[in-house]
Amino acid sequence: MTGYIIRRILGAVLVMLAVSVLVFFMIRLVPGDPIGAMLADAGSEEAREALMRKFGFDQPLSVQFLKWFGNLLYGDLGASLYGSNQKVTTIILEALPRTMSLAALSFVIAIAIALPAGIISALKRNTSTDTAVSLFAFLGLSMPDFWLAILLIIVFAANLQWLPAIGYEPLSSGVWEWFSHLILPSIAIGTGFSAIIARMVRSSLLEVMQADYIRTAASKGLEQKKIIFWHALPNAMIPVITVLGIAFALLISGAVVVENVFSIKGLGRVLIQGIINRDYPVVQGAVLFVSAFFVFANLIVDLLYAVIDPRIRYD
Amino acid sequence: MADNSQTILHTESKGRFASSRLYAVFSRDKKAQFGILILTLFIISAILAPLIAPYDPNKMSLDMMLAPSSKHLLGTDDLGRDLFSRIIWGTQVSLFVGIVTVAISMLIGVLLGVLAGYYGGWIDMIIMRYIDLQWAFPNFIIAVYLVAVFGTGLLNIIVAISLAFLDDFARIARSMVLTLKEEQFIDAARVQGFSDLRIMLRHILPNSMAPIIVQATVSVSYAILGEASLSFLGLGVNVDTPTWGLILADGRSFISQAWWLGVFPGLAIMLIVLSITSIGDALRDAFDVRENTL
Repeated sequence: MTGYIIRRILGAVLVMLAVSVLVFFMIRLVPGDPIGAMLADAGSEEAREALMRKFGFDQPLSVQFLKWFGNLLYGDLGASLYGSNQKVTTIILEALPRTMSLAALSFVIAIAIALPAGIISALKRNTSTDTAVSLFAFLGLSMPDFWLAILLIIVFAANLQWLPAIGYEPLSSGVWEWFSHLILPSIAIGTGFSAIIARMVRSSLLEVMQADYIRTAASKGLEQKKIIFWHALPNAMIPVITVLGIAFALLISGAVVVENVFSIKGLGRVLIQGIINRDYPVVQGAVLFVSAFFVFANLIVDLLYAVIDPRIRYD
Repeated sequence: MADNSQTILHTESKGRFASSRLYAVFSRDKKAQFGILILTLFIISAILAPLIAPYDPNKMSLDMMLAPSSKHLLGTDDLGRDLFSRIIWGTQVSLFVGIVTVAISMLIGVLLGVLAGYYGGWIDMIIMRYIDLQWAFPNFIIAVYLVAVFGTGLLNIIVAISLAFLDDFARIARSMVLTLKEEQFIDAARVQGFSDLRIMLRHILPNSMAPIIVQATVSVSYAILGEASLSFLGLGVNVDTPTWGLILADGRSFISQAWWLGVFPGLAIMLIVLSITSIGDALRDAFDVRENTL
């Protein structure tokens, strides 16, 4: 088991290494440089060269990479090419809690919808409730998250005026302030996620309910409720957990898009703004952090799976 | 997996059986019929856009932000452009991007997967190391990364989305090849001295088509969603091409006064995704392909 964990962690580190190398070189191999974009082709040749020197773009790629990578190991991701040349780490550390809050709340909302929906539709199989849940799941999966976000703004912010349409407030300005800014984006992100989980819970629970030990429990005269919550559900959750990794990926891609609808300056917005401005250091930093999210999530899911299902072999 | 390939072989060896099975599934699947109907409508409006659209999609007028009426079916935007015409023209871009990107990524992905599975060894290792790396990230995020590298614009979007979907096809093709390689008819072909290329093209590929077709169908809807998301974020096709994502992004600032700008373009995206997914689900049933992505 320890060997397995160490191997998985090493694997994750390797993936991150590969990502950082790929990101650094690919972004530079393609024509179009950030200085040109900054000067909007208006500056003189001298101004251009001065800027190139200032940001170190005049040096050979290999030197730039070694410098960048060396700094990376010290937790220094360079500075933004724009505005007051803020440090990339500062920008990201500011954005991180926003994305984390958003992801966490989306997750909670999604599970709160998906678990009961999945369990009920499995128990009331082939009834109108079941059909309603599967229709909801089908719609939830086809609905673009940014569109759902806009619909929520139209209804709850523009018309009913119950909730703010844009922005983010940190927890320190009050729980309600924080929560009220996050609830709409979280629903927008969580809906697709909950559709997947609900489907998975339903089919997994149906499968487990066919098992012999459930019949044994029932013939012992155990109450239906106890059978479901003590015997069936824990086993039915195993495949659901493997899907959580994929679903978490949805959550983060959702955050990247939805943050932009609600003008929440999280990782996703930092990434997209960086790309639009061709702000290399910011894009690199954001890509690394977003990637780390996925690699870390996959790692956790793999480890969790190993703990939950002792049948997995670690060789 | 073994059962799966058996079924596919069976289906393929009897062409009539396959088509009658398709018919059987589609004739009782209401959702799939609905999907075909909606998709057909979208395809017709994409092809006949110049005839159907009542106005020039980019023509501005003084009729700004008019609510839906008989003159402007879905209303107008902040520049007085007719929303219905813009959405009709947007269908072209969506379908074009969806189909072209999936065609490219299927071609390259299947090629990589077949090479990896057929030859094994270091070829397999090199190809699959890369595919696994990409597999660790969601397709949409890969597409965003690639746009960061290549920049925006129609061609770049197509390249980015095609590359983002490669890994799905490569993995499916490889696993099909690995299963088929053990079959006797492949040995028979090899004994007869057929070239590797011929064996791959004539014997392995045709028998791997079912799961690939299902994946391709579903991928078209994801690709359309991907293009819409990228355009919405301002990373898509350039600003004077009306695409659904862009129309939605343009309308976003005005949704409190003009709800139709926020509702209809998104509805179009959802309907097309819904219709293609339901067709994909029916194909999956018909070909008896096990769901392996989720």
